[in-house]
Amino acid sequence: MAKKSPEKLINKKDVRVDGRKLNELRPVKLEVGILSNADGSAYIEQGKNKILAAVYGPKELHPKHLALPDRALLHCRYHMAPFSVQERKSPAPSRREIELSKVIREALEPSIFAEYYPRTSIDVFIEVLQADGGTRCAGITVASLALADAGIPMRDLISACAAGKVEGHLVLDLTDTEDKAGEADLPLAFMPNFNAITLLQMDGKLTSDEFEQAVNMAVEGCRQISTLQKEALKVRYVVKEAVEE
Amino acid sequence: MTIPAMVVRVKQKRIAELISHGKRLDERELDEYRKVQLEAGVIERAEGSARIRLGKTEVMVGIKIETGEPFPDVPNEGVLTVNAELVPLASPTFEPGPPDENSIELARIVDRGIRESKAIALEKLCITPQKKVFVVFVDIYVLNHDGNLIDASAMAALAALLNTKMFNYEMKEGEIQIKPGYTQLPIVNHPVAVTFAKINDKVVVDPWLEEEQVMDARLTITMDKDGKVCAVQKGGYGYFSKEQILEAAKIAKEKSEELRKILVKS
Repeated sequence: MAKKSPEKLINKKDVRVDGRKLNELRPVKLEVGILSNADGSAYIEQGKNKILAAVYGPKELHPKHLALPDRALLHCRYHMAPFSVQERKSPAPSRREIELSKVIREALEPSIFAEYYPRTSIDVFIEVLQADGGTRCAGITVASLALADAGIPMRDLISACAAGKVEGHLVLDLTDTEDKAGEADLPLAFMPNFNAITLLQMDGKLTSDEFEQAVNMAVEGCRQISTLQKEALKVRYVVKEAVEE
Repeated sequence: MTIPAMVVRVKQKRIAELISHGKRLDERELDEYRKVQLEAGVIERAEGSARIRLGKTEVMVGIKIETGEPFPDVPNEGVLTVNAELVPLASPTFEPGPPDENSIELARIVDRGIRESKAIALEKLCITPQKKVFVVFVDIYVLNHDGNLIDASAMAALAALLNTKMFNYEMKEGEIQIKPGYTQLPIVNHPVAVTFAKINDKVVVDPWLEEEQVMDARLTITMDKDGKVCAVQKGGYGYFSKEQILEAAKIAKEKSEELRKILVKS
């Protein structure tokens, strides 16, 4: 479908370019346990985003002096494939990727009982195969599933979702186009059972009221994603009844 | 540090206990900043500079302006580059070497505040569209680390930008000719970062180093001069509740106005 790039991203009926409502997520597809070498793995497609996550560990940590006496060291690498974006991205980690690796690690950490595995490391690898906005959030969602798949004891699943402002409207789950043209982007990660926000970033401009609404909207999006995560785990782990309807 | 680990532990415990009773070891209120001392124009070689003391935390920012190519998606705008150096002389925990994730995060938070609030009128820094623009280098130099490097760096960066003078120039046959005299760098917004630490489920502003060592999580909210939120960053291994974040946003609005008064008059 060769379409001219539309002048407006949101039409008069509050419908977005891809046909979504303002507070509607992109279609999300989740799969758990898809890489045989990893201790845990998962795959997400959220709109055009395609992201793989793998978890190795808990395992012995090298170099040993980095080991923590009372907990496991969580290590996280967020990385984009060179072919994941319009213009080839150098495979060397960019400053953005280093920052995101840090905030993603800090978003996942509150969910893990790291104290059960002192002196070990748990490695989380997130590879963005195709990017279309909101990759850090989708990356957190999929990494949390991979941690669960690795059998690491967790307080809750972490789900993540962005809200933002585009053409004066607050919207959920921005695409790359919406993010670039929009006025603000607010990625948020959430542990539903604890009402805990484990990642929050924002860039753009929002009034205090808009900020509050955007946080609420993103939390709501996270709750929806959380349901999908649980379903994906059930598909992998719940033994199906012998007789199906 | 040379203080025995045991003493540090006891002190940390005390800090956390006091905060749960609404008090702080250095006798500040939960929403009180340390004393801010600002000096602008401290480095003559730089186009702009400032040195800030936030309690014992000390940060210097130097601005250099050079010419370079614009980004292809914004061919008519100057370029902003923010870099942060956690200089080894500033703390026993800082190591020499390429920027680590902490210094990259610091630079990117300050960058986001300046960029998203559109503090610099970048469209006025175009020399020849698509070919030549001014590049503004903001170099953050941490001199003494006693906590809350983000707010200190953001304040120092804004003060340095307000202090920045660009050389006058004219174009002759496609070449830049420097003319005598200077003009002020066009600064049209004043972003101020306000950082919170969550300790024992209480939220305090402007954590000093030992509070940072006991905090569960950190939250930075950058407000522009119209009281709009223009950048947010959560850090640390813990989490915030939604209510804590919304409360923090309110406090950030007040605090940023207080701090802005110190920065913008000078």
